[in-house]
Amino acid sequence: MKKFTNTGNKDTRSGFGAGMTELGKTNPNVVALCADLTGSLKMDEFQKNHPERFFQVGIAEANMMGIAAGLTIGGKIPFTGTFANFSTGRVYDQIRQSIAYSGKNVKICASHAGVTLGEDGATHQILEDIGLMKMLPGMTVINPCDYNQTKAATLAIAEHEGPVYLRFGRPSVANFTPEGQTFEIGKAVQLTEGNDVTIVATGHLVWEAIQAAETLEKEGIHAEIINIHTIKPLDNEAILNSIKKTGCIVTAEEHNFLGGLGESVARVLAENHPTPQEFVATQDTFGESGTPAQLMEKYGLNADAIVKAVKKVLQRK
Amino acid sequence: MTDINQLENLVTQVRRDILRQVHKVNSGHPGGSLGCTEFFVALYNVLMEHDTNFNMDGKGEDLFFLSNGHISPVFYSVLARSGYFPVEELRTFRHLDSRLQGHPTTHEGLPGVRIASGSLGQGISVSIGAALSKKLNNDDKLVYTLCGDGELQEGQNWEAIMYAAGNKVDNLIVTVDYNGQQIDGATDTVLPLGNLTAKMEAFGWDVLILKEGNNLEAVIKTMQEAKSRTGNGKPVCVLMHTVMGHGVDFMMHTHAWHGKAPNDEQLETALAQNPETLGDY
Repeated sequence: MKKFTNTGNKDTRSGFGAGMTELGKTNPNVVALCADLTGSLKMDEFQKNHPERFFQVGIAEANMMGIAAGLTIGGKIPFTGTFANFSTGRVYDQIRQSIAYSGKNVKICASHAGVTLGEDGATHQILEDIGLMKMLPGMTVINPCDYNQTKAATLAIAEHEGPVYLRFGRPSVANFTPEGQTFEIGKAVQLTEGNDVTIVATGHLVWEAIQAAETLEKEGIHAEIINIHTIKPLDNEAILNSIKKTGCIVTAEEHNFLGGLGESVARVLAENHPTPQEFVATQDTFGESGTPAQLMEKYGLNADAIVKAVKKVLQRK
Repeated sequence: MTDINQLENLVTQVRRDILRQVHKVNSGHPGGSLGCTEFFVALYNVLMEHDTNFNMDGKGEDLFFLSNGHISPVFYSVLARSGYFPVEELRTFRHLDSRLQGHPTTHEGLPGVRIASGSLGQGISVSIGAALSKKLNNDDKLVYTLCGDGELQEGQNWEAIMYAAGNKVDNLIVTVDYNGQQIDGATDTVLPLGNLTAKMEAFGWDVLILKEGNNLEAVIKTMQEAKSRTGNGKPVCVLMHTVMGHGVDFMMHTHAWHGKAPNDEQLETALAQNPETLGDY
């Protein structure tokens, strides 16, 4: 199996921050808005370099979304920054009407997604945001897996015309995708080749899938890992090509199984090529306080959980 | 168009358009539309510098955002009669496959509309964004917004009102249609707005009171005064007292016609009070 090297743990939100810093220098139309979480979102550098293009809106996310929609009129490309919970659930109607339905070129950038936000607990740990955002017509939904990919995604969405939801996280995790990679929205990245099972993972679960595949490899099970950084539009072709070879699939995401990546994949399979599938995801529950590792363990979101799901799905082939 | 008689004729014709639009489809919101007719006519014919050859970015133009999107009949009529799209298209209001949706939207590409509105409370925020965009583009034109008074019960407005004052968004004029009515009754009954003048001033806005919001000359005068107050470090608010249903005697001074269309007989009576001036569509 192809080996992946962690070049050093980093948080994906810092990848976003680095992307913003670069965009500040390269694209004068990019503007940034933040709802009192500039440090948490790693937007400080952009703010320092371009105070005229940075809008501190205070703890007022609904207003932030509306202002972002308005800023597009006149050619600006607004990037909003707050936690995933406050980027989606709190402002769903503002996004729906003023951004999605109005077709505005706003980039909704959401940090601290999922349970890996950690100790702050369930009030801040949204596990429903992918579902909320993917249901909006015209919304692109992206969940990159590491620092390098998040930076690349941040740069890519500035070039994409239309509303985007970019989801990333708080904890330091393995950084293993290439530095300076080209990020193609809607194009899955196949990480390993294998004939026994397809593992489709997104966000923090991609590295866990690699760890799982290494364990499975030792047992003679060859997994094909697909990094689905874009949940909408989904790369149907990459999924179908792989399952036609492997005959079963595990989806893995830091999100509720209702409304997440797994359900999007299941629809593609049901329509085109019904295939046994197991879901590594939270099971219609809220999170709780704890360290990211403890929570990933408790809620079945780590490499061990993926290994178990693979063994289960293999039985169903 | 600045001749006051011509403008008065347009006001009457727009009222007819409003009544005929909602009657034809037996739905829509005549009350607030009729109450804001003078405002829209003044805005699009006297106050704003705008280009009917529509461009979404609107650089170098004054922009208008309608926050209380349910009064779309007056918006559509004035846009059409200003030249944004054929007046005949008013026939399609609320019909299937129409660009004139129940509430205004950019989705069908209707010229003159820059944001979807209908779910209330979002227009001031969007207008602030557009005003900030103008500042970044060194564009000295203004952004106008209209919102309902009942709409101010939505909390997002107060986030926006706080932001605009705190950040000196002074190229913005927000007009409040202060008719004191909403769907369930008088605003004072449903949820009292309190002293709006004091509230807006306390938030740091420059507030003007327009007592006669259904007097065209008064609207023009106060709005021109509002224009002159821009660029002074404060956002400008005009509290525009209007009568819901103005121009049709049985629709006035009540919330009953907020969202109800007249029947055939009622339409006839209402149109008789607003005789055709510039030609029906």
